[in-house]
Amino acid sequence: MEQLLGALASMAAGVGACVLYFWGGNAVLDLIFPARGPDIGPNIRRANMVRPWLFLGPALVLLTVYLIYPVFNSLVLSFYGPSAETYVGFSNYTWLLADPGFHESMRNNLLWLIVVPAAATFFGLIAATLTDNIGWGNIAKSLIFMPMAISFVGASVIWKFVYDIRSEDVDQIGLLNAIVVALGGEPQAWIALPFWNNFFLMIILIWIQTGFAMVILSAALRGIPEETVEAAVLDGANPFQIFLKIKVPQIWGTIAVVWTTITILVLKVFDIVLAMTNGQWGSQVLANYMFDWMFRGLDFGRSATIALVIMVMVVPIMIWNIREARKDA
Amino acid sequence: MTSVSLKNVSKSYGTVEVLRNIDLEIEQGELIVFVGPSGCGKSTLLRMIAGLETITGGDLTIDDIRMNDTPPAQRGIAMVFQTYALYPHMTVRDNMAFGMKIAKKPKAEIDAAVANAARILQLEPYLDRLPKALSGGQRQRVAIGRAIVRDPKVFLFDEPLSNLDAALRVATRIEIAQLKESMPESTMIYVTHDQVEAMTLASRIVVLHGGDIEQVGAPLELYERPANTFVAQFIGSPAMNLLNASVVKTGASTTVRLDHGGEVTVPIASRAEDAGAKVRLGVRPEDLTLAPPEGSFLKADVEIIEALGETTVIYFKPVDTGTDPLIAKLPGIHKVAKGAGLSLAAAPEKLHLFGEDGLSYLYRD
Ligand SMILES: Nc1ncnc2c1ncn2[C@@H]1O[C@H](COP(=O)(O)OP(=O)(O)OP(=O)(O)O)[C@@H](O)[C@H]1O
Ligand SMILES: [Mg+2]
Repeated sequence: MEQLLGALASMAAGVGACVLYFWGGNAVLDLIFPARGPDIGPNIRRANMVRPWLFLGPALVLLTVYLIYPVFNSLVLSFYGPSAETYVGFSNYTWLLADPGFHESMRNNLLWLIVVPAAATFFGLIAATLTDNIGWGNIAKSLIFMPMAISFVGASVIWKFVYDIRSEDVDQIGLLNAIVVALGGEPQAWIALPFWNNFFLMIILIWIQTGFAMVILSAALRGIPEETVEAAVLDGANPFQIFLKIKVPQIWGTIAVVWTTITILVLKVFDIVLAMTNGQWGSQVLANYMFDWMFRGLDFGRSATIALVIMVMVVPIMIWNIREARKDA
Repeated sequence: MTSVSLKNVSKSYGTVEVLRNIDLEIEQGELIVFVGPSGCGKSTLLRMIAGLETITGGDLTIDDIRMNDTPPAQRGIAMVFQTYALYPHMTVRDNMAFGMKIAKKPKAEIDAAVANAARILQLEPYLDRLPKALSGGQRQRVAIGRAIVRDPKVFLFDEPLSNLDAALRVATRIEIAQLKESMPESTMIYVTHDQVEAMTLASRIVVLHGGDIEQVGAPLELYERPANTFVAQFIGSPAMNLLNASVVKTGASTTVRLDHGGEVTVPIASRAEDAGAKVRLGVRPEDLTLAPPEGSFLKADVEIIEALGETTVIYFKPVDTGTDPLIAKLPGIHKVAKGAGLSLAAAPEKLHLFGEDGLSYLYRD
């Protein structure tokens, strides 16, 4: 109860402070440059020059403190040793280039990058097309979209059960192994199978992201002018050709945005790997590797270096993504 | 030879019947225009011929082959949509070639067909452009080109000009007329609600109203001998004046007395039992003339004058109990004062006579 009151009080205080800042700041500005008297023209002009900064100020400060400063600090940290005290030049970078853990993470990230956006977009597109054409499409859509509402860690817990393995003398409670055994196969420790385990982890993210892709693509498909489809019917195209040659090309922009949005997400993938394997059995990825060096290796320099690598990979895709999304609108 | 034939065709959406018992024979080489008010079923009828809507009842034949269940692409038709419906991601050339590519025609044949259509429509400079880099008129020409490339037996147009501005509409209308002349064997079905398009393009006009065909005929036939009051008022602008009257003398010509006016004899036959019947006397605004009081059958008070130079349109206060103003369209310039009472007349052979059911006395048998 006390906590609740405290939360309410701090909420009220926060909102109050904001109101006070914007309203008060504006009032003070009007006091300094009053819109009357002999200098009315210049005063209004000056006040109008200051006002945008007054209103943008808090946002700019927060952005600087929480976004721009950390980037620069990471850059600086990457040239320092584990505890950020001794300058070590480029040695973090040379270490990284030679480090087998980093190589493994890079290779796995590339695999994720190739498979997950492609698969999620592909399944999303299929789901969007099929659900738009069946009676119970809306129910199917909700079901496919549902995983979006689950946190990555939550999803990992669910899938841990799917991939679970028990010793041979007890019943398999893992869905996958239960099926394998029922079909007469040997139970497998799926998430410990080097190389292949990467794909079992990817399935989780695909499962989550297909819903996202489906919703966006389904909206785009509905935006296609019906007459272009009818014209194609008159031109003799079959449904398959209409889909591939008329519909998909008209939503390329949206497909690209969905693809890159998932790509950015994949580059940052962390929770799933942490929860499922913690990077063991050859399933390490960059974000988890960074986390490892930060909180287990306690090496600020190396983890900052890895963070920068991730950022350098994400930024160009993000810029392209934002441009493409703007073009669509 | 009959090109398209509709026999007792109807269309319902669920329990709503939007087209009823449509019977229509279209000869090869005709340009048939469907006109009618919004929502009367013009597009639906056209789309049923195209195969984009199912046919709920009756038979559709094209070149004497029943087409009710034939897929659209195999009906030998091509359609031009109001919104052009060009494929936005394809160049003009690919837009026109798409159908033939789907049909896996040899490349040389495709190129020849596209080049021919581009030449007819003067699209050669734009072949490698995307539709978004074309003007509205050019886009519509591409849409027509796409239809030409298909080399169809029947062309279908659904209000192809209504997205163009007024000047371009006139130019494109003339182009379509020329196109038709250059392809005398092609049958064309053209939907519009623009009267001028209908009157200038059509070899025959089909007037639709509320899902029924009201009349089929050559443009001037509909103008001169409308079958009922709907067609009479739909064709021609401003619409025909209808005046309440009753029959006083029957025979080879009929004399009627206007409820609010004099007597007039119309050279239209009537039967003995028509004596005393309530009728509607139709007179087109352009057929009304100013007359000395003794020669006129109608007096009315001027309400609004529209002087256009070549014509003067005068709106009179309603002479009947109704609210429709009486309209006269006089050639040249007439200086009349507002509120003035004028005497009007019309040549007897220009008058129309409709029974109480709205049907013309001309078509009774
Ligand atoms: N899918 C549908 N379900 C129910 N009614 C429909 C459907 N499509 C069309 N209609 C009805 O059919 C009638 C004819 O429509 P249609 O589009 O053929 O009219 P139109 O003559 O082409 O009109 P416009 O000049 O406005 O284009 C309309 O009353 C319309 O409401
Ligand atoms: Mg229509």
